[in-house]
Amino acid sequence: MTSPSSLRGKTAFVGAATFGCGEAPGYTSMELAAEAGRLAVEDAGLALSDINGLFICLPNDFLSGLSLAEYYGLHPKMTNNSRTGGSAFLGHAEWAALALDAGLIDYALIVYGSNQRTGAGKLVSAQAPSPFEYPYRPNNPVASYALAASRHMHLFGTTSEHLASVAVSARQWANLNPEAFRQGDLSIDDVLATRLVADPLRVADCCLVTDGAAAVVMTRADRARDLRKPPVSLLGAASATWHSEIAQLEDLTVTAAKESGARAFAQAGLAPADVDVANLYDAFTINTILFLEDLGFCPKGEGGPFVASGAIAPGGSLPVNTNGGGLSFCHPGMYGLFTLVESIRQLRAEAGDRQVKDATIALAHGNGGTLSSQATCLLGVADSV
Amino acid sequence: MTQVPSTQLPPTATYFKNLAEGRFMIQRSPSTGEWVFYPRMVAPRTGATDLVWAEPSGLGTVYAVTVKRAKPPAADTSIAIVELDEGPRLMTHVQGVAPDEVRIGMRVRASIVDGPDETRIVVFVPEDKA
Repeated sequence: MTSPSSLRGKTAFVGAATFGCGEAPGYTSMELAAEAGRLAVEDAGLALSDINGLFICLPNDFLSGLSLAEYYGLHPKMTNNSRTGGSAFLGHAEWAALALDAGLIDYALIVYGSNQRTGAGKLVSAQAPSPFEYPYRPNNPVASYALAASRHMHLFGTTSEHLASVAVSARQWANLNPEAFRQGDLSIDDVLATRLVADPLRVADCCLVTDGAAAVVMTRADRARDLRKPPVSLLGAASATWHSEIAQLEDLTVTAAKESGARAFAQAGLAPADVDVANLYDAFTINTILFLEDLGFCPKGEGGPFVASGAIAPGGSLPVNTNGGGLSFCHPGMYGLFTLVESIRQLRAEAGDRQVKDATIALAHGNGGTLSSQATCLLGVADSV
Repeated sequence: MTQVPSTQLPPTATYFKNLAEGRFMIQRSPSTGEWVFYPRMVAPRTGATDLVWAEPSGLGTVYAVTVKRAKPPAADTSIAIVELDEGPRLMTHVQGVAPDEVRIGMRVRASIVDGPDETRIVVFVPEDKA
């Protein structure tokens, strides 16, 4: 039996793309996803016909793997449509690595796209309402994250200013990213002046509602060396699920990221101190704080002061969400795939004004449901293997 | 075909039927001693299948709080997670106090009120006002 660490460096990301981030009026979600996928394949220097593993979930199509195979006219050997919310695509990378390493497929395409801003006008949720929650009509997902935030504040003294500094840091990064939907000055006071949605979370503590699509291509390390761009190795990937509805989470201040992160780091043979850039799914400001703690970047309860110190902002000790994140870059629903794309761009030194100097190790982290499903990937430049 | 027991309602339906009849009942496993919420066919973690309906004390403590902010004229609502003295937690409203005055740690008591869509739901009120 092989140990999980045997997957370290066996596969690599060789293509990455985004499309239609912000507003893409008139496009269907499938059109956005398909175009991002095509661009990622082109970025890899491959042809669509090379792809024999498809990994996708769309907000409004529960059998989107079938739809995408048909759309591209492919006969994939593997079609994976698994849905764990916004973490799904990091889970897809984990499954793609297994299938590639086993020789079941040679080139995997992972895609996502949504027209939720111009199509639906609001966040499209794929989570079925619980019969035991729905009678109380929580304004989910924000209410569930707000409940977690209330607990974090109660136990650790985390403040609204701490939460606001996550949004401010994200905006400072977004101002360096020409693709970011929301730009301009944003201060702590500006955040605190926005309307409360679910206490303590305000409008500026919540992710954007945008259109957008993303895609990545993976292959085995031996094939990766001969393609257009320098490969970005997958060093570790792990997922964990502890609950679905927020009242069932054992401790509202500790997420399953603690488990997915620990397993991903163990696979990669790395520690949090080795990470040069972290892209953490920031659906709400509290998420960044929880994941920084659970992934081991700071002790439990110290996430608030950590983000308020400027550590995660441009110039800080741990660049976080360098694209501007779901808070200021784009958030087309299940955002997780964008954490992988940004990590790849940083490790390829393609990030322009927001480039983290000499970045060799990146962490991408996805979250699904209401802090329910967590998936962590560690990526490295070729000579990190 | 596989027969389902005809003499008892399934867990979810039983919970709401009890509420409709004015009883807040949850499940308990005599073999493990654990109380379970929400109602299930099998107990979480332990896998116990000897779940029976039992009446909890109705007392609990507010575990987490938020306020669902509404656009006027609709009123703001308390959304909370209450931890029952028996252990399980549930999402609920805390009523009888302004939504932004609900605090973590507050002692509360269960009360059955009309919910949306002609349902009856469990809410909690501060113990000192119950």
